Amino acid sequence: MTFYDIIFYLFAIITVASAFIVVTTRNIIYSGFSLLFTFFGVAGIYVLLGADFLAIVQIMVYVGGILILLLFGVMLTNKITNVDIRTGTVHLLPAAIGVGILFGALTSVMVYTEWKSEPGEIPLTTTFSIGKELLTNYVLIFELLGILLLIALIGAASIARREKE
Amino acid sequence: MLQVGLAHFLVVSAILFSLGIYGIITRKNAVMVLMGLELILNAANINFVAFSKYGNLGINGQIVALFVIILAAAEAAIALAIVLNVYKTFANVNVDEINNLKD
Repeated sequence: MTFYDIIFYLFAIITVASAFIVVTTRNIIYSGFSLLFTFFGVAGIYVLLGADFLAIVQIMVYVGGILILLLFGVMLTNKITNVDIRTGTVHLLPAAIGVGILFGALTSVMVYTEWKSEPGEIPLTTTFSIGKELLTNYVLIFELLGILLLIALIGAASIARREKE
Repeated sequence: MLQVGLAHFLVVSAILFSLGIYGIITRKNAVMVLMGLELILNAANINFVAFSKYGNLGINGQIVALFVIILAAAEAAIALAIVLNVYKTFANVNVDEINNLKD
């Protein structure tokens, strides 16, 4: 068991345990903060896979953006002062059984399939190659995503600000 | 089995995906459903990056994962705007009680 393996198991346990807390705890604020650790664990897994730029993007966008947005959503849609911020659950047992079957199927497919595994060469720092690919092969998608983000920004602002007549 | 390879990353991603599905199915609060959605997108991203390393795809898998992160950010913004509007109309965000499109 090498050092790499120990680090992988550490991050995997952090990710899975905090994701489990996210979906099982009844307090929605605890869920939000567990999601923080899940995102950090996934960022660690990205680093182990040689994706350093992606790990930083994960932390900046998910933790710095999406998680803050979700916590704002929680705080704006719950009456924190008088009602407890617990969230109800429905269909616990059927959901657990169904998801268990799904997980068993997925895992057996992923473990028993003979993946064509030939470790390619990932450069030591990926920022240069990602930037080059984004502005050459993927430039159309890159521009479209820029437009999409602008549309999302305008759309979100106009939806959220609409007054009820 | 202890040597970490492609299958280990895929199994972690399968666990995250299943937990995300479980959260989406069982939670009433719309914001919690969004959290389950983020778990699923992260699981998909782990798969992209893992195959990018082990499948000799070079940097392409990481770029697709980058696009997924961007789309997740846009989706979260729009979804929360909709959730805020729903809250203004129905005074709660429980997805099992919201059953008409207009009042």
